[in-house]
Amino acid sequence: MRRLASTFTGYAILVFFALVFVYPFVIQVATSFKTEPDAAASPLSPIPHPLTTAAFERVFTGTDLPLWLGNSLLVAVVLTAGRVFLDSLAGYALSRLRFRGRSALFGAVIAVMAVPGVVLFIPKFLVLNQLGMYDSYLALILPIIVDAAGVFIMKQFFDSIPAGVEEAARIDGAGPFRVFWSVVLPMARPALITLTIISFQGAWNEFPHTLVAVQDPALFTLPRGLADLVSGSLGGGTQYPLKLGAALLATIPVAVIFVIFQRHFVRGANEGSSKG
Amino acid sequence: MRRRRAGLPARRGHLRDDVTGWLFAAPVVVILGVFLLLPILMAMWVSLTSWNGQGSPFKGGVPFVGLDNYSRLFTRDDLARQDFMTSIRNNVYYVAIVVPLQTVLALGLALVVNSRLLKGRSFFRSAFFFPSVTSSVAVSVVFLFIFGNSGALAQLLGFFGVKGPEWFSDSRGVLHLLLGVDTPPAALADHGVFGLSWWEWLSGPSVAMCAIIALVVWTTSGTFMLMFLAALQDIPVTLEEAAMLDGAGRRQRFRYVTLPMLRPTMFLVLTLGLIGTWQVFDQIYVMSQGAPAKTTLTPAFLSYRTAFRDFDYGAGTAISFVLFLIIVLLTLFQRRVMRERRG
Repeated sequence: MRRLASTFTGYAILVFFALVFVYPFVIQVATSFKTEPDAAASPLSPIPHPLTTAAFERVFTGTDLPLWLGNSLLVAVVLTAGRVFLDSLAGYALSRLRFRGRSALFGAVIAVMAVPGVVLFIPKFLVLNQLGMYDSYLALILPIIVDAAGVFIMKQFFDSIPAGVEEAARIDGAGPFRVFWSVVLPMARPALITLTIISFQGAWNEFPHTLVAVQDPALFTLPRGLADLVSGSLGGGTQYPLKLGAALLATIPVAVIFVIFQRHFVRGANEGSSKG
Repeated sequence: MRRRRAGLPARRGHLRDDVTGWLFAAPVVVILGVFLLLPILMAMWVSLTSWNGQGSPFKGGVPFVGLDNYSRLFTRDDLARQDFMTSIRNNVYYVAIVVPLQTVLALGLALVVNSRLLKGRSFFRSAFFFPSVTSSVAVSVVFLFIFGNSGALAQLLGFFGVKGPEWFSDSRGVLHLLLGVDTPPAALADHGVFGLSWWEWLSGPSVAMCAIIALVVWTTSGTFMLMFLAALQDIPVTLEEAAMLDGAGRRQRFRYVTLPMLRPTMFLVLTLGLIGTWQVFDQIYVMSQGAPAKTTLTPAFLSYRTAFRDFDYGAGTAISFVLFLIIVLLTLFQRRVMRERRG
């Protein structure tokens, strides 16, 4: 009896928290299909009454969202491809190549991971400004196309591949890049998928970097455009279906990837933690 | 961990190995050098000037002010110091609430999700984790609506007959509200340090800040829950069983078996929490921009605003270096405390 009661309390607490964590998204989806008076009158209701797609029509015709979407896709794809390739190269070197300065370089990578990103806003702007790159696609992409955490993840993975797998290829006369590309990299598939997913998620959600890299609205990515759309209207109750609809469109790609590749997100979160 | 390649004499090919290694690492080295190391050095210089964004800060004609940008944050009685101290106060309260709250919530959720009896645990795990992978901007927009004046929370509180505050325009300090004092006692209002009266220092987070705190705890707990979950699954079952055989109840097992085993993870979560909470920016930018009455101003946002809105790049950079120092000191301090405890 006591056991039953405690199981029941356990579930009750769990369901309460699940609601707290999930219901905001329910409200978001519902509100983006509501009319404005309906959104204001019954903000809690999960059912739009009447159901309308007017907010989305206005998102696509009345805002620059299609442009932001295009920019976000371009930037996120290039960033992901770049990070996966360059982080793997460096991770491979740190794990399996012998060269002078290797341990110093690894120490530097660890140190870089510890630098709080938020103190780099102005410095990054300074260097982009100095190099004449400010306000360009290059500025959105190049400074964050490698990340130390990704190098670390790949190094850890390459460490776990048994020594000697490269031997056969090397004896056949393959150069170092060939060995890396056609022998070791295919073995690193699980780590590559993890890195691809967390890189894409990070790139898609990236916001502060865009603030210091560009100011031309034609170069806005989705988070930047969205922030522009809502900031300055503190607590005002206007146009919520539109704003939540736009936010929903920014959430969907990552949500889809999350549903499909969840265990990679989990692994990414725990890899990131093992550096401490 | 040096691997010797079979068949290759140790000496020959050394140079070639060096070249290959550095070539592989070159893109990462160059980009981190140009966009991380170099900018920090440039910023150190700029923090010693009063560059206003016109032209290059590295040519002649840019006024050099020495350490003035730093010292005025602490010593000069003006608006800049007042804003900076206000932002420090806000962030201290923010850290003091977010870090314990997210740690306890994450641990609690991990314990429940880890329970062997639970059905549908992967669903619950996903539900708690999902907010942490979504865009901080998008999620802030959702919470703007939830905490808005005709928002979901207002309606929910209405069901219970409670009239909630107007979250984003309420600058009253929570400590003041809890104590129920409206007019500051003269002893507190007339004295103070660093340009803020004791009354202002002791305000607690504002009501508006509480909305941001709720959002952040909601988004970050999931990640930390996963860390606790991984640690919980590493605790050997035999250990728990042994404790059970010794007659330890559930509470005792938690207190004397589980918690000590979780100590390294606890340290990690607290450290990451401390580092992360001093960097809060996205949510402030989207939800409040420091308003109302500067009660959600944080050093990170203040440094951004000072540089990019007020065009005082020197002062803005100085603020970010002070913030950097705060984060480094806190991390070192915590490492030391943990080492002493362990030793």
